Amino acid sequence: MKDFALMMIGAALVNNVILARFLGLCSFMGVTTRIDTAAGMGLATTFVITVSSMADWAVQHYLLDAYGLGYLRTVTFILVIASAVQFTELTIRKVSPSLFQMLGIYLPLITTNCAVLGVALLLVEGHMSFIGSTLFAFASSLGYSLVMVIFAGLRERLALAQVPRLFAGPPIAFIVASLLAMAFMGFSGISTG
Amino acid sequence: MLIAVGSLAVMGLALGGVLGVAARYLAVEENPIEAELQAMLPGSQCGQCGFVGCAQAAVALAKHEAPVTLCPPGGKALAVALAAKLGIKADLSGVADTGPQLATVAEEICTGCCRCLKVCPTDAIIGAAKQIHNVIREACTGCGACVERCPTEAMTMVPVPITLQHWVWPKPVVAVA
Repeated sequence: MKDFALMMIGAALVNNVILARFLGLCSFMGVTTRIDTAAGMGLATTFVITVSSMADWAVQHYLLDAYGLGYLRTVTFILVIASAVQFTELTIRKVSPSLFQMLGIYLPLITTNCAVLGVALLLVEGHMSFIGSTLFAFASSLGYSLVMVIFAGLRERLALAQVPRLFAGPPIAFIVASLLAMAFMGFSGISTG
Repeated sequence: MLIAVGSLAVMGLALGGVLGVAARYLAVEENPIEAELQAMLPGSQCGQCGFVGCAQAAVALAKHEAPVTLCPPGGKALAVALAAKLGIKADLSGVADTGPQLATVAEEICTGCCRCLKVCPTDAIIGAAKQIHNVIREACTGCGACVERCPTEAMTMVPVPITLQHWVWPKPVVAVA
C-alpha cells in the first residue's frame, strides 16, 4: 500500500509527465490559455491515459509477451490509443458540445500526444503489475492535469499583466513554464531524502 | 508471422467494431439545416449580427431565434434566400439594399497604418507599414469591419462596379404586390 502511494506521488509530482519528462508539451502550450479548457483537456487526457494503459498492459502481457511479438509494441499501442481517443471524442461531443468546440483540434491530437504513448512505454519498462500500472498511469495523468491547470491559471493572470513588448505572448509563457519546471524540480528532493 | 498479422487484424477489427457501436449510441443529432445555413452566410465571422461567428448565427437562425435579416454584409439577397430556406416570410422593410459593396482604399488619404489589415476577417487587404494599402476584390466580403477601424476615413464601401465580365442581362421587372 505504502509502495503504491509513494509510486503515485513519484509519478504525479517528482517525475511529472510535462515538467520532468517533457512529454505532451504541445497541448501544454496549446490549450492552457483558459482554466476550463485546460481542466477539460486534463480530464480527457486522464481518461485516455488510464484506459489505454490498462488495455496496453493486457496487450503487452497476453499478446506481445506471450507470443514474442515485442517488435509490434509501438504499432499495437498506437492502435489502442487511437481507439481510446476516438471514443473520448465521441463521448465529449455528446456530453459537452461547448468543451468539444473549445478543445477543437487538440482533442484528436491527444492521439499524437507523446505523454500517452510515453506513459504506456514507461509501464512496459517498469514491469509493473496490472493494479500498479493502472495506478501509475492514473497518477501520471493527474500530474499532467495538475500542471495544465496551474499553468492555465498563471497564463490567465499573465494575460492581464504588463509585459514588455519584446516578451509579450508566447515568449513570456515559455519563461513562466521554465520557472514552473524549476519549482517542480524541488519535488525531486522527496525521492532522495 | 501469422500470429503477428492475425493478432493485429483481429485487434483492428475489434476496436473498429467497438468504435462503430459507440458512434451509433453516442451520435449527436445535428440539425442538418444548420450546415446549409452556415454555407449560405458569408463566413467572414465579422460579428455584425451580434453572434460570435457565422456558425452561431446559423444555429440561431435554425431555431428561428434570429431574424433572417440579421446579416448586413449579406444584404437583401441573403435575407430572401434565408427566408426561402427556412420557409418563412421575411420582413424586408428594415433592410436598405445597397447592392453588393466592396471596401476600397482612398489612396490619397491612406497613411499605411496597417490597422485595417488586422481586422479584415478574410485577409483581403494587402499592404505594409507606411505603404498604401489595397483591397483584393475577390477576397473582400464587404463586411465593413475595416471602415470603422480606419483612422483617416480612407476606407469606404463602394458598390461593385459592373464590368463587361460581370454584366448580365437584367431580369424583367415584376410588379411588386
